[in-house]
Amino acid sequence: MIPEDNRPRPKSLADLFFSFTWLALQGFGGVLAVVQRELVERKRWLTQEEFIEEWAVAQVMPGPNVVNLSLVLGARYFGLPGAAAALGGMLTLPLLLVLMLALLHSHFAGHPGVAGALRGMAAVSAGLIGATGLKLGASLRRHPLPAAFGLAVALLAIILIVGMHAPLFYVLAGFGGLCCVLTYRRL
Amino acid sequence: MTASIVLGWEDWASLFAHYMLLSLMSVGGAISTTAEMHRFLVEQHHWLTPQQFNDSIALAQAAPGPNVLFVALMGWNVGLNAGSYTAAILGVAVTMFGIMLPSTTLTYMAAHWLHRNRELRAVRAFKQGMAPVVVGMLISTGIILATTDAKTLEHWPLWSVSLAAGILIWRTRIHLLWLLGAGAVLGWFQVV
Repeated sequence: MIPEDNRPRPKSLADLFFSFTWLALQGFGGVLAVVQRELVERKRWLTQEEFIEEWAVAQVMPGPNVVNLSLVLGARYFGLPGAAAALGGMLTLPLLLVLMLALLHSHFAGHPGVAGALRGMAAVSAGLIGATGLKLGASLRRHPLPAAFGLAVALLAIILIVGMHAPLFYVLAGFGGLCCVLTYRRL
Repeated sequence: MTASIVLGWEDWASLFAHYMLLSLMSVGGAISTTAEMHRFLVEQHHWLTPQQFNDSIALAQAAPGPNVLFVALMGWNVGLNAGSYTAAILGVAVTMFGIMLPSTTLTYMAAHWLHRNRELRAVRAFKQGMAPVVVGMLISTGIILATTDAKTLEHWPLWSVSLAAGILIWRTRIHLLWLLGAGAVLGWFQVV
C-alpha cells in the first residue's frame, strides 16, 4: 500500500540493487531489523505501518522472510525487474562473502579473538531485533484494534514463545488469525 | 573430515527436486526445514558429514546477509565432497535455485494479487491484523537470541551488551555499524 505520490522512493534499479546490498551487509545474524532501520527510518521509503503490513505478507509465504520482503518491495516500485534487482542485491555479494568465509574457515576457526568477535556481534544483533519490535510496537497505537488489546496480544505471544517454547507457527496462526478476524469486524 | 562421494546427474537432479520441495514447506524461513535437510543430506545420502552440516549453519549465521545462505554452504560442501571446486559451484547453484525458485515465484504472485486487491476489506484486515503478533514475535526473537549463549547470571556482560545495544537503537539514530564494531571489539578482547 505504497501511495504513488512524491514520497522518497528508489531512483532506479541500480539504486534498489545497491540499497539492498548495503542492507544485507549490515545484517549479522539476520537482516530484518536492518531493513526496518534503513528503509523506514533513514530512507523513508515506507512508514512503520506499511513495513508491518508488507512483512506480514513476507512472513506467511514460504521462503526466507527478508528475501520475500525484498522481492515484494522491489516489485512494488519497478515490477518484475525491481523484484529481481532487490533480490539480487540481497543475495549476490553476501553469497560471495560467505563462500570466501567458508574457504578461510579452516584457518581461523580456532582463533579465540574471531570467535569472541562473532559472539559480540551476535549480542548486538539480538538487541537490534528486540529494539525493532519495541519501535514497531509504538505503531499499535494507530491500529484499528484498541492499543491495549494489541499490546496484550503481543505480550502473550512473547510469553508463549519465550517462556513456554510454543511453536512459532501455532502462535502466528492462532493469534494472527484471531486479530485478523477482529480487525475485519472493525474496519 | 571430508567424505569422498560420487554424484551422478540423477543425484544432482534429486538434490534439486528435494530443495524445490523444501522451498514450498519453508514457511517462517528456510531454517525451519533444517531437520529435513539433515535427514536427506546426512542420514539418507551421506553427502555431508554431521560436522559439515553444523558448520554450514554456524558460518552463515556469523556472516552478514540473509541466513538462507547456509543452504548455499551446504551445496558448496556437497560439491567439495564430490571432488572439485567446479562441483562445489554447481552445488551452490543447485541448492540455491532449488530453495529460492518455488517460494519466490509464489510470493511474487501472492504480493501482486494482494496489491491489486488492496482495497478489499479482507486483504486490509489480513495485512493490518497481523501487526500485534509481528511485534510480539520480533521481541521474542531478540530475547531468544540474546539468551542462547548466555543462559545464566554469570554471562551478564554478554546480555548487557544486547540490552545496551537494544536501548541505543530504540532511543537514538546511531548507525548500526558502530554498534556491531563495538560488539566485535569487546568480543575480540574477551570482555564479553
